[in-house]
Amino acid sequence: MAKYKMHLLVCGGTGCKASSSDAIVEMLKKEVAANNLENDVQVILTGCFGFCEKGPIVKVLPDNTFYTQVKPEDASEIVKEHIVKGRKVARLLYTDPANNEHVSDSKHMGFYRKQIRIALRNCGFINPENIDEYIARDGYQAIGKALAELDPQQTIDIIKKSGLRGRGGGGFPTGLKWEIASKNKADQKYVVCNADEGDPGAFMDRSILEGDPHSVIEAMAICGYCIGATKGLVYIRAEYPLAIQRLKVAIGQAREYGLLGKDILGSGFDFDIELRYGAGAFVCGEETSLIHSMEGLRGEPTVKPPFPAESGYLGKPTNVNNVETFANVPVIILKGADWYSSIGTEKSKGTKVFALAGKINNVGLIEVPMGITLREVIFEIGGGIKNGKKFKAVQTGGPSGGCLTEKHLDTPIDFDNLIASGSMMGSGGMIVMDEDDCMVAVAKFYLDFTVEESCGKCSPCRIGNKRLYETLEKITKGEGTMEDLDRLRNLSHVIKDTALCGLGQTSPNPVLSTLDNFYDEYLAHVNDRKCPAGQCKSLMQYVIDAEACVGCTACARNCPVNAISGERKKPHEIDTAICIKCGACIEKCKFNAISIQ
Amino acid sequence: MTKVKSLADLKKMKETLQSKIDLREKGDASESLVQIKVAMATCGIASGAKTVMEFMMEELEKRGVQAVVTQTGCMGYCYAEPTIEVKLPGKEPVIFGYVDTKKADDIIEKYIKNGEFVDGIIPTNYETIDNK
Repeated sequence: MAKYKMHLLVCGGTGCKASSSDAIVEMLKKEVAANNLENDVQVILTGCFGFCEKGPIVKVLPDNTFYTQVKPEDASEIVKEHIVKGRKVARLLYTDPANNEHVSDSKHMGFYRKQIRIALRNCGFINPENIDEYIARDGYQAIGKALAELDPQQTIDIIKKSGLRGRGGGGFPTGLKWEIASKNKADQKYVVCNADEGDPGAFMDRSILEGDPHSVIEAMAICGYCIGATKGLVYIRAEYPLAIQRLKVAIGQAREYGLLGKDILGSGFDFDIELRYGAGAFVCGEETSLIHSMEGLRGEPTVKPPFPAESGYLGKPTNVNNVETFANVPVIILKGADWYSSIGTEKSKGTKVFALAGKINNVGLIEVPMGITLREVIFEIGGGIKNGKKFKAVQTGGPSGGCLTEKHLDTPIDFDNLIASGSMMGSGGMIVMDEDDCMVAVAKFYLDFTVEESCGKCSPCRIGNKRLYETLEKITKGEGTMEDLDRLRNLSHVIKDTALCGLGQTSPNPVLSTLDNFYDEYLAHVNDRKCPAGQCKSLMQYVIDAEACVGCTACARNCPVNAISGERKKPHEIDTAICIKCGACIEKCKFNAISIQ
Repeated sequence: MTKVKSLADLKKMKETLQSKIDLREKGDASESLVQIKVAMATCGIASGAKTVMEFMMEELEKRGVQAVVTQTGCMGYCYAEPTIEVKLPGKEPVIFGYVDTKKADDIIEKYIKNGEFVDGIIPTNYETIDNK
C-alpha cells in the first residue's frame, strides 16, 4: 500500500524552523531528486519533536534514526550515505550524555523517557464513552483484585507504600488519609472526588475526566472499599459540561455492568456514585468549603480540626481526593507499590501532570516523573519560549503559588523543592512568562483573582487581600513609595499567619515571591516610575523621534483623542497629557518614528 | 447488557475485548480497517474537532475506505488542535496536528490511500506504561 520505502521527517517546530529547517527540507528534496529517489523517499515537515535544544532534528523512518543539529549542507551526506548506501551518518547522531555513545534508534534515547503517562494512560487512547475499551486496557481489574484478593487494610498499605501524595496541591500522603478515614467508625461514610479545578491555566483534571472517566470511578470504588464507604460523590464545576456528560455516561455504563451498585463482582461490596455541581467558586476547592457547598450551604471554610475524615459530608467521615490522585490509584493496585515508588524522587513518588500555558511554544498537557527539572519541561518538552523571547519566570501553583525564575531552572521539581523555592506544586498549572511580562502586574493579576474569590468570612483575607491589591495598583500607576513595598511584605505575612483557610493563607504568595525574585522591578516602578517590561500603561510614554518623523500626518489623523499635533512635512509631537496610549499611532507610522519609553 | 458477576468474569471479558481490539489492530492488512481517533476533549471540540470527525466519517464512506472513526480524550497537544491519530493496518499509529477539513482531505487522499505522509505530523515523545 505504501508507495514510499523511506521517510525523512524534518522538525517544523518553531525552534527548528528558526534554525533553518525549511532550508533543510528543500536541500533534502533536491538531493533525493538528484539521486532519482523521488518515488521511494518522501521528505516531510512535522510538528515539534520536543528536543529543541539539539535542533534541527531529522528523523529517518522506518529505522528510527535520529539526527540532531542538522544543517542544510548535511542533506547530501544523509541522502548519499544513509539512504543510498545504508550507512548512518555517525557525526549527526544523538550522543547520550550518560555514556557518550551514539544513539541511533530514537526509542532508546533518554529524552523519550522524560514523559511517562500513568494518570493520562488512557487519555487520547480509548473512547471515553465506551466502557469496553477501558476494560480491554485492564479497566476495573484493580477493584476486582482488591475485592477478591486483598482486605481493605492491605489495599491501603499498597497505596501507603507507593508514596502517592495528593495531587490537588497539598501533597498529603493519600494512603494515610485513607487509613485515618477507615479507622473512624460511623454508620455511613463518603468518598468525594474533588473536581473543582480552579487554578487559572490548569486543565488536567478536566482532561482526565473527559478522556478517562472510568479510572476515577474505579478508584473511588477502591477508596470506598478501603474506608468502608458505600457512597461516592464527584464535586465538579458546572463549567465543565463535557466532563459532566462523559462522567454520567461512564457511571451509567458501570452500573449496567454491575461495576457500580449492589454486590460488585459478587463480593458483597456496594458502592455507587452521584454528581454534585459547583458554581465555580475558587474557595470550594478547599475541602471543608467543598463539603459545605455539597450540603447546600454557602461555600465557606471551617476550622480544621475536625478534619473531614472525622466529620465531613453531613457530619459523617469523608475522604476527599483530587481527580488526578484517583487516576493513579488503579495502576498502583495492579502494578504494585514498588513499581510506582521506583518513579520520582525520595519524598515525591510517581509522576505529575502539568498544564503548560503562557508564552511557551508547545502549550499542552504533559505528564513527567517527579524530579525532572523546569529546564527540561520548558525548553525540551515545552519547546522553549514563543517568538525566541527570553525566559523570565514560570508561575506554578496558581494564585496560591509563586514565580520561579532562571535560578530555579535546574531544581528538580517535587512537592518539597517547590515550597523551598517559594512556590508550590499546586494542582499543576504552569504559566510561562517572558521578558515582556511585568511581574508587578502579574502579582496584581493574581491578587485581583483572590480578591474576587475570597468568600469574605475572615477579615485577613477579605480586607487584607483588597489592601494588597490596592497597593499593587498604586505601584503600577507609578504612585508607589518605598513604604508601600515594606507594607506589602508585612501585610502579606500577617494575612498568611491569620487567614482561616488555605485560600487566604497562600494568597499573598504571588506578592512575596515576586518581591523576592524581582525586587528590582518593583524598585523601577517606585523610584524611576518606569515599567521595565513596558506593560504598565500608566508608566509608558509615546514619543515621536523628531529626526525620523517626516511629517506625513498619518499618526495625527489616526489618533482617536487628537493628542498629536504638528504641521505637514514637519516633525509632530504627542501631548502626553491627552494621550491614552492606545498604540494606534505606532501601527500607522511607516517610518518607525514613534517609540514607547 | 449483562452484569459482570466476578473477577474471573471480568478477566474473561477483558481477554475477549482485548483480542477483538487486537484483531482490529493487527489483523491481516487486506481485511482489517483503518482506525482513526479524533481528540475530542473540550479544547479539541472548541478548535473544530467535531467538524473534522464528521467530515472524516462521511468522506471515508463516500470514497470507499474501510475505516473506524472514534472519539478519544485529550492527547496533550493543545497547541496543535484539532489532533487526530491514524492507524493504518500493520503500521505504527501516526498523529496529525492542525487538522481542518482541508488537511483531513489531504490525510485521506495521501496518507490513508497512498501511505504518503503529509505535513504536520506530531512526533510522540512519551513512554506508556503498557508491558512494563
